[in-house]
Amino acid sequence: MANHDIHFAVRRGTVHALVGENGAGKSTLMKILYGMQKPDEGTIAVDGEQVSFAGPADAIARGIGMVHQHFMLADNLTVLENTVLGAEALHGIGGQARKKIKELSDAYRLNVRPDVLVEDLGVADRQRVEILKVLYRGARTLILDEPTAVLVPQEVEALFDNLRDLKAEGLTVLFISHKLGEVLSVADDITVVRRGTTVASVKPEETNPKQLAELMVGSELPSPETRESTVTTARMLSVDKLRLSATDTDGAVRTVLDDIAFTIHKGEVLGVAGVEGNGQAELVEAVMGMREPDTGTVTLDGADITARSTRERREAGIGYIPEDRHRHGLLLEGTLWENRILGHVTETPNSKGQLLDLAGARADTARIVAEYDVRTPGIEVTAASLSGGNQQKLIVGREMSHNPKLLIAAHPTRGVDVGAQAQIWDQIREARRAGLAVLLISADLDELIGLSDTLRVMYRGRLVADADPATVTPEELGSAMTGAASGHLEHTEDAVEDAAPEGGESR
Amino acid sequence: MNKSVKNFDKDRLVLALGAPLLALVAALVITSAVIGVTGKDPLHAFYVMIDFGSKSDSQVWIINKAIPYYLAAMAVAIGFRMNLFNIGVDGQYRIAAFFAAVVGGSLTLPGFLQIPLVIIVAMVVGAVWSSIAGLLKVTRGIHEVVTTIMLNFIAASTIGYFLQDGRLAVKDGNLFHTPDIPASSHFFTIPTTPDPIDGTLILAVVTAVAFWFVLGRTRFGFDLRAVGRSETAASASGVSVKRMVVTSMVLSGTIAGLVGMPTLLNKSFNYGTDFPAGIGFTGIAIALLGRNHPIGMALGALLWGFLERTGTQLEFEGYAQEIVGVMQGVIVLCVVIAYEVVRRYGLRRQQRQVGEQLAAQARRSDTNKTKAGVSA
Repeated sequence: MANHDIHFAVRRGTVHALVGENGAGKSTLMKILYGMQKPDEGTIAVDGEQVSFAGPADAIARGIGMVHQHFMLADNLTVLENTVLGAEALHGIGGQARKKIKELSDAYRLNVRPDVLVEDLGVADRQRVEILKVLYRGARTLILDEPTAVLVPQEVEALFDNLRDLKAEGLTVLFISHKLGEVLSVADDITVVRRGTTVASVKPEETNPKQLAELMVGSELPSPETRESTVTTARMLSVDKLRLSATDTDGAVRTVLDDIAFTIHKGEVLGVAGVEGNGQAELVEAVMGMREPDTGTVTLDGADITARSTRERREAGIGYIPEDRHRHGLLLEGTLWENRILGHVTETPNSKGQLLDLAGARADTARIVAEYDVRTPGIEVTAASLSGGNQQKLIVGREMSHNPKLLIAAHPTRGVDVGAQAQIWDQIREARRAGLAVLLISADLDELIGLSDTLRVMYRGRLVADADPATVTPEELGSAMTGAASGHLEHTEDAVEDAAPEGGESR
Repeated sequence: MNKSVKNFDKDRLVLALGAPLLALVAALVITSAVIGVTGKDPLHAFYVMIDFGSKSDSQVWIINKAIPYYLAAMAVAIGFRMNLFNIGVDGQYRIAAFFAAVVGGSLTLPGFLQIPLVIIVAMVVGAVWSSIAGLLKVTRGIHEVVTTIMLNFIAASTIGYFLQDGRLAVKDGNLFHTPDIPASSHFFTIPTTPDPIDGTLILAVVTAVAFWFVLGRTRFGFDLRAVGRSETAASASGVSVKRMVVTSMVLSGTIAGLVGMPTLLNKSFNYGTDFPAGIGFTGIAIALLGRNHPIGMALGALLWGFLERTGTQLEFEGYAQEIVGVMQGVIVLCVVIAYEVVRRYGLRRQQRQVGEQLAAQARRSDTNKTKAGVSA
């Protein structure tokens, strides 16, 4: 992904946000700043001094640290051990290191306990450990890559308090996000990146989310809101008494899905909220037939599919947008048309009898590329060379091209730019109107609330709460996601009744 | 868009040809250095090899030698295409050839019945032997490298046990071998001068065509390649990875069963203690050399035959006999490294090109938009 003509300056002691749709070149830019990738031309200056980084070690030496979106922690080590790992030369691995960790933790109110095993920590705590790791190595500038993607609203607030503390101590934070509301609440300066170039630098007090979105895409901010209810009474997917246990890395058997039961009707979107790792991924895999549940039944359109294979389920009309498109949705080194065949090799236009129909698959790939606005110079390029958003559009196009009865959409718009997001939402809505049932898993609570007809909250492998998307707020969902609330979530403010016509009916 | 597609194709062709060329040049330079260190003239060595290798009797010898190598390479390549490392081709072809020889030597059916029978026995025995490794992998989680190596030893011992006078073999001078296959069941040869080419060449050609067709043009082949590229994505797409492991091991073993046929049906007509061993390992090198591609492996097998043929001549010219072994090793190493370098370079280059083209498109559409004064 080429970046060109990127200009921006970050003032010391500020939180600087870098916003842009995915594929806009934010990640590449970050990699360059952190020394993971070399720029073809252009300069980077730290404290007025021009630098060039041969690798992350150089960046760290210059006081630049990075907190990756995917945590890089060893679960089986303690916080202390994780922190000193690779930086043993700084303060040793014993008392001195512990003292330093304590100091940092107190100074920035990170509340880190050095002797707890990382595997016992929640997501927000892990993130604080990552921040601590970077500070421990002497960073004065922190790069945070989409830090809020994995947090519930309450945790986001706590993170922002931490960032403000860092700022108060004179540290600089570079904050990458595409959640505009968050950016506006925490940043001092905002730089907008679009299509590989910086298009604007704005102050949060001089702008609003709508304006920012327009800067990002040059079009209006889409809304996930579902306008009219299309829910019918015909059952499409019924899951009953589903239990699944899995053996974790220590050999201990854990129950990951416990007594799961729900029904999705034709034309209904069932949204499942939850902090990642509470069984959503396992639920999807159980419905897809990729995991064999201990007990329970899965019924699709009146037929018991509990014993069927993944391929038979796909043929029966389940479309699947996987959570991790690189692991489950694509052959990265395959061409686009090979990826169009993936998952539907037994169906037209990909094959005739036992033979592949290469011409048919190629032609249909070209159609998907055009219809779903996959930005690519051709269908012979590898999937790996497309940006995340365009990969996702290809997957959505592929799954929708087989007229699914049920669509399992796990984080369908994660890492997707605002324009593509709107498009994917539109496609889901349109198919829903035609009778599609959707199982929607998402970490984006606005998406869940806006798109779903029915909401369920998953916590530790159980569906613990349900809510009416017409009235529930992200904060209320957030408290159920952390286990603080359960049962039917009733909205407490009466005034919100007015908003009801916008949302779907809950049943 | 069409133009850019053509560009990508052209690039890919250049990259595809660039890698082996780079590897060969590197291999030539390194072997020249090695020969130079031994105090000999490398250029003369290459001259001797090319001169001797291009003689017509050498050509026939090389082709005949390449047939089993090619078959072995395809057996290995089936595994490689789905990330399975079948080191056991060696044991599979030997035990397959042994039992095929036993069946062939004990029957006197008409040739048109007996030859296919012998070949089918070999394929079935090879398949059964390799399926053990596949089944152990999916049921017990044992890595196929471990099981296939062990099965090689077991195959050798089993053959050793039966290859004794009074069991399944007869004594012939110092050697033991299975009873000879009757002349009516010898495979035909293709009359060429000065020596004939083994008719089993058609076995290799048919296998190669089937290999290409099944992998590239069938649903099954797509599933197999999908597993090789990403097990998780294949499983999510509906491929039963376990079943695919067993199936591909069986297929690999089936082709491995053919490896001994050129020797058995065109040359020795029995399985004796002097039956060639180690072809399975050569097949691994050739599969690497030919990048699991039917044409690449054919060229690789011929190159291997060429090196072996001309190596003997180098000895007469006073060069060290081991120099051919060094060359073979260096070539494989160079090829593996060159392909990886070129692959990574190609991937990065393509990503950059896609990025550049899209950025250019975006800039164009941005300017158009501003001109028209429309915000889409």
